[in-house]
Amino acid sequence: MPQATFRISRGDSATHSEFKDYAVEISEGMVVLDAVHLVQMVHAPDLAARWNCKAGKCGSCSAEINGMPRLMCMTRLSDLDLSVPVKIEPMKTFRRIKDLVTDVSWNFRVKEKIKKFKPRPADNADGTWNMAQRDVDRVQEFRKCIECFLCQDVCHVLRDHQKHDEFIGPRFIMWNAALEMHPLDTDDRLKELKDDNGLGYCNITKCCTKVCPEHIAITDNAIIPMKERVVDRYYDPLGWLWSKATGT
Amino acid sequence: MATEFEVYEHDVLVIGAGGAGLRAAIEAAGSCSVGVVCKSLLGKAHTVMAEGGMAASMGNVDDRDSWKVHFADTMRGGQYLNQWRMAELHAKEAPDRVRELEKWGALFDRTKDGRILQRNFGGHRYPRLAHVGDRTGLELIRTLQDHGIHQGIKFYMENTVVSLVKDGDRVVGAFGYDRERGRFKLWRAGAVVLATGGIGRAYKVTSNSWEYTGDGQALAYEAGAELMDMEFIQFHPTGMMWPPSVQGILVTEGVRGEGGILVNNQGKRFMFDDIPDNYKSSTADKEEEGWRYVTGDKNARRPPELLTRDHVARCIRREVKAGRGSPHGGVFLDISWIKEKVPNAPEHIRKKLPSMYHQFKELAGIDITTEPMEVGPTTHYMMGGVRVDPDSQMTNVPGLFAAGEVAAGLHGANRLGGNSLSDLIVFGKRAGEHAAKWAKENGRGTVDQAALAAAEAASLKPFEFGGAAENPYRVQHDLQELMQDNVGIVRVEEEMKFAQDQLQLLKDRAAKVGISSHREYNPGWHTAIDLRNLLLVSEAVTMCAIERKESRGGHFRDDFPAKDDAYASFNLIVKKGEDGQMVMHRRPIPPMPDELKQVIEENK
Ligand SMILES: Cc1cc2nc3c(=O)[nH]c(=O)nc-3n(C[C@H](O)[C@H](O)[C@H](O)COP(=O)(O)OP(=O)(O)OC[C@H]3O[C@@H](n4cnc5c(N)ncnc54)[C@H](O)[C@@H]3O)c2cc1C
Ligand code: SF4
Ligand code: SF4
Ligand code: FES
Repeated sequence: MPQATFRISRGDSATHSEFKDYAVEISEGMVVLDAVHLVQMVHAPDLAARWNCKAGKCGSCSAEINGMPRLMCMTRLSDLDLSVPVKIEPMKTFRRIKDLVTDVSWNFRVKEKIKKFKPRPADNADGTWNMAQRDVDRVQEFRKCIECFLCQDVCHVLRDHQKHDEFIGPRFIMWNAALEMHPLDTDDRLKELKDDNGLGYCNITKCCTKVCPEHIAITDNAIIPMKERVVDRYYDPLGWLWSKATGT
Repeated sequence: MATEFEVYEHDVLVIGAGGAGLRAAIEAAGSCSVGVVCKSLLGKAHTVMAEGGMAASMGNVDDRDSWKVHFADTMRGGQYLNQWRMAELHAKEAPDRVRELEKWGALFDRTKDGRILQRNFGGHRYPRLAHVGDRTGLELIRTLQDHGIHQGIKFYMENTVVSLVKDGDRVVGAFGYDRERGRFKLWRAGAVVLATGGIGRAYKVTSNSWEYTGDGQALAYEAGAELMDMEFIQFHPTGMMWPPSVQGILVTEGVRGEGGILVNNQGKRFMFDDIPDNYKSSTADKEEEGWRYVTGDKNARRPPELLTRDHVARCIRREVKAGRGSPHGGVFLDISWIKEKVPNAPEHIRKKLPSMYHQFKELAGIDITTEPMEVGPTTHYMMGGVRVDPDSQMTNVPGLFAAGEVAAGLHGANRLGGNSLSDLIVFGKRAGEHAAKWAKENGRGTVDQAALAAAEAASLKPFEFGGAAENPYRVQHDLQELMQDNVGIVRVEEEMKFAQDQLQLLKDRAAKVGISSHREYNPGWHTAIDLRNLLLVSEAVTMCAIERKESRGGHFRDDFPAKDDAYASFNLIVKKGEDGQMVMHRRPIPPMPDELKQVIEENK
């Protein structure tokens, strides 16, 4: 059987990291996560990596493969150049715990800070609401997010500038958008988006959109509309008052 | 050894953060302090993978539906081995539990008049599954997660429980370690809810993730709880077959619900060949009628592709055995054919089955809007598990509750698709409510430190043996092959007896697995610890499968291919005997009240 070499970044937060080469036998249809499992089985049982579904549904197996942020379970070996070692590294934006596993707990803390969903009173006596499919479509797009945090990994505001305290990143701007555009929600999150969540840091490079494994148009459909709403309200207050008063 | 652990205290401790665990935690958090422990990160539990939908008789699409029809469907699907009381509660309460999700932010697909849309699924008489495309599990888990984080619940992510802590008969906490540092922790609690999911990792071909190592079943068993119906495993008829590395990954039943058909290598739609008697009156006998059904004609009967999973899986196996299978040992599932019927079929398919479209495109290089898929049976769901009281979800061990896939009773011999997600929210809520009540009435117990030290020592054994000893992955692999080949979808006495002997050998090997390196985030070590649980549930499955000398639901015996009335009146129970050996007995099914009997009669 043919072999391929995987150059995997190993180490933990204390020791410095190093690349180690592992050769494993490969077969048709394999993905990078299969190779990592083979390495664990044959060479390095203590190689740390996260995974759950192996089908691109849980967002656990995020890593950087040949420098590209991707899901290991959805990256087929047949799409990679196997004549040279395949480089596998952890996401860079987050502290490494060990090998390919990083500390993503910051993301969970950020989410907790965002005001929760607050629905309008029910439309019907049995406690239900009526919503048209076309009104839920755009929010459903955002709700496809599997929280792999690859968009957070690639965004330069976090990756290069380490603005974790001031900027919530594309995933959570989108989460705000999902709540703001939810047909039933009655709360308002624009002030926080502008003042606390660093919406202004995003300069629309669209790197986040490019790496999203769910192919969500994060920038166009979530971030830009949020920026427009902030501009309308805070930099065009008369227009905002007008639309609020007239309901347009 | 001095036993110093980090200690946490809660009224209710929930083990597991899938749909059942989160729903239980939310309920309990309304009245007391709650902790949730889970092996993965929040939102990654198995529930996230569910695709097709959750069953609730809201009647939004067909108003002839009611809890009674749902109840009767569930009992028929489970071949009447279900705990009827659970099936009754489930059918009655599921609609409210689904609507409640909407209040917490879930966005289901809509009907034309703006209500929650419901789709057809195998064994359900009417369109009953609330869904979001084919990512319903993601919607469920995210809704509960995002609601849960605002309820004051404390989450312990990437922590694994290795034993339950007892005070006399009663469970008073759990003991485990965190993956990041490998340090041991004690969670003291008035009540513990198990919501740990299934056992699929005991098999080679499975739709389940690494988490499904039967931990909850094993923890409960060791604490003295009874396991029930362990012979009933659901082999889902449609798992991916090719390429090898994706074998077993699920292809949702939603494909068939949307009109997908099963064909053999002669192009024949073989599901019409064998329709069981008790489904004859409700199954289409012409292709044309089947199509009318999936497109919403209320007078049409369902196509045979939507018969129950156990039956469809066996028909596929029959075709393959007779040499009529696909190149890689499955059959063909074709949704692309609907282009004969629907304008814009590719777009329609991508909209209705987006993640299936991507899964095949990205993992197999197949475009399901133009070509058929290759599919075959995959180990999918554990009907059996911890026996619970139907109303409170408490096990026979005081203070220990169980809900979701880890618990037994609702599904009997075979689960209907969509009845798991609704199970999670109905019985998750009940478990949370009753655990909170129990905890408040009984307070915290005392903890036996010696037992903790022993549990810690047992968990650390693999380090003593070191990296040169038996490899845990190797033992796990051999176990999966053993169960796949000998206690799989078609069973015979001899093979199962063989498995029983081999399991003893594997146990000896597992006791000596070794691991090098340190405790920090060490998957080899985690695998070594999980092995004990996998072996225990495998033993229970095999023991019960040998005992049930008939074929029923998910349990099919080649040597006893017919259903036998002598086996219709009891559930099999295993538990830990006085001498530490596994013992088994038959538990008579409690008599069903006349009203429910009548409901079943009316919906025959
Ligand atoms: C691919 C797929 C598709 C499916 N589609 C559907 C569908 O459409 N409709 C339907 O009704 N059902 C479906 N099912 C079945 C359904 O998804 C599962 O049965 C259900 O989600 C199980 O939920 P749960 O809450 O019981 O457990 P899970 O969601 O599996 O959660 C288990 C939790 O327990 C934790 N845990 C386990 N062991 C330990 C331990 N030792 N210590 C600490 N924590 C532990 C895990 O980390 C996890 O958080 C599907 C299943 C699969 C695999
Ligand atoms: S578009 Fe904005 S959020 Fe996305 S990567 Fe660029 S700067 Fe970051
Ligand atoms: S938006 Fe896309 S890239 Fe970002 S976390 Fe969600 S799925 Fe991942
Ligand atoms: S393992 Fe779930 S996304 Fe890769």
